[in-house]
Amino acid sequence: MSDASLSLDLPHAERPRPPSAFSNAIVFGWRAVLKFKHLPEQLFDLVMTPIMFTLLFTFVFGGALAGSTGDYLQFFLPGILVQTVVFNSVYSGMGLSTDIGKGLFDRFRSLPIWSLAPFAGLMVGDILRHLIAGGIILTIGLILGYRPEAGIAGVVAAFALLVAIGFGVGWIFIVLGLLIRTPMTVMTAAFTFLFPIVFASNIMVRPETMPSWLRAFVEVNPVSFMTTAMRGLMAGGATFTEIALALAAPVVLTLVLAPVVLWLYLRRE
Amino acid sequence: MNDSTPISGIAAATDAGAPLAISARGLVKHFGDVKAVDGIDLNVPRGMIFAILGPNGAGKTTLMRMLATLAKPDGGEASVMGHDLATEPRAVRSLIAMTGQFATLDEDLTGRENLIMLARLWGFRGRAAKQRTNELLAAFDLSDAGNKQVKDYSGGMRRRLDIAASLIVTPGVLFLDEPTTGLDPTARQGVWRMIRKLAGSGVTVLLTTQYLEEADQLAARIAVIDHGRKIAEGTSRELKAATGSGFLNITLAEPAQLEKAAALLEKQLGASVQANAEGGQLSVLADTARTANEAVAVLLAAGIELTDFSMGQPSLDAVFFALTGKPAEDETAKTETGQ
Repeated sequence: MSDASLSLDLPHAERPRPPSAFSNAIVFGWRAVLKFKHLPEQLFDLVMTPIMFTLLFTFVFGGALAGSTGDYLQFFLPGILVQTVVFNSVYSGMGLSTDIGKGLFDRFRSLPIWSLAPFAGLMVGDILRHLIAGGIILTIGLILGYRPEAGIAGVVAAFALLVAIGFGVGWIFIVLGLLIRTPMTVMTAAFTFLFPIVFASNIMVRPETMPSWLRAFVEVNPVSFMTTAMRGLMAGGATFTEIALALAAPVVLTLVLAPVVLWLYLRRE
Repeated sequence: MNDSTPISGIAAATDAGAPLAISARGLVKHFGDVKAVDGIDLNVPRGMIFAILGPNGAGKTTLMRMLATLAKPDGGEASVMGHDLATEPRAVRSLIAMTGQFATLDEDLTGRENLIMLARLWGFRGRAAKQRTNELLAAFDLSDAGNKQVKDYSGGMRRRLDIAASLIVTPGVLFLDEPTTGLDPTARQGVWRMIRKLAGSGVTVLLTTQYLEEADQLAARIAVIDHGRKIAEGTSRELKAATGSGFLNITLAEPAQLEKAAALLEKQLGASVQANAEGGQLSVLADTARTANEAVAVLLAAGIELTDFSMGQPSLDAVFFALTGKPAEDETAKTETGQ
């Protein structure tokens, strides 16, 4: 491509009326949607692991763990949704780290926009990711014979809880994304911390057979509270206390980490 | 300093008393113990192309990031387009645009989507955002590539899109951090033409560069920066004049004789000799054609064959050497981390 033809007949453009904070946030949300359009393989990453887990655990361990594969799927599916959302909440931190590394955030920061709009965009991307991944896993579960006894209302409530969990856990990785310059390091740091928390929970098996020290941890692990509430919502019969306990960690994380994110972002070098 | 010195047509138009685009006093920025910027004053008249010249790690990028509100000064004060950097950063942001050293684009999106996103962030609505995007793509010769993802762009195309992204709203001041680093010569010429046209349309351009030729070609004024300090400022001509009236440049037939030739020239002309080992070239300050002539005669008498010699104004490389006592390139490796 030759530059000789470069004409630069560029009309002057005055600044339009400043857009609202909400409109800024919508633009970043639109960007998140475009990412799905251009990187469909990203969705593959999102759902392959949970699909493998669902199939392997159901068919390999299901019979041994719960007597039959059907019974195990009924137990396991709400939990794998929690695991998926918790693992996938790492992505916005990685995306943030990539944007900062490439200098894209500098461009955003030098624009006269609502300074938190880029984060609102990350949240939109996160919520879409959680809904899409959750939807795919639920569909596969339904095909395999999973039946949510609480019906559509229960599923909708369960997905609302999922989004809340993803939103809360996401703050951890946004903080890491702001602090760590390489996306791969964000991922490694995240999984080092997430694997024990997710596996030492009641997602895969009931804690009754575990040694007492582990069981003590599993019973207060926030991931266990989330899983119990998800099971309750999808099967019907979730108690207010169960839901409150499931929401405690996301609420605390948001209250503590949102100001940290704000501070890290607004502090200029 | 001498802001009203008529330097070129552009500068003469913004005569004495014209408001400054950028005015900085004693800007300081530390990173730990390192003083990246160590008390810099800057006056840039409106509509001018102003270059900040220096080797890697000299503090150019840090200085620019402070002026673009991306880094907070540890000392000093500055105003951009009449707005104070510390107290009115938002007002400054609405009047400037910055193109960083590395393309600040979303690689996964297309060129068009990148521009539409930024246009909408500036407040252009649906159709207006599309129209402005089309204007920018056309002006930067990217209409055909508009629907390709940026990751498939060449270096030159990225650079053009990056600069286009800075012109969504015509800025009062455009900051360009090393606008042609990594570009091939053709793409570099294209970017230069674009910068000149922008300045011609009234945009003030502050650019950093480590290419002496780039500053020489583009800028009406040049500030030379080294180790966070401004070591000289003026027009290209003034900087060259500051190092002496003229230079004798010599190319040796036999590069192995370089040291011998340098010693003879130093003795004859009483000035330090700058040598370029690969090409067997030497430059040395020579006040008059007569002294230069005599020096050449001494070399020939000593049996040193020359393939070429010329008298000329010093290159900016030579200027940098004269100002800092060492070649500009020498610092690249050891102070890379300062940026």
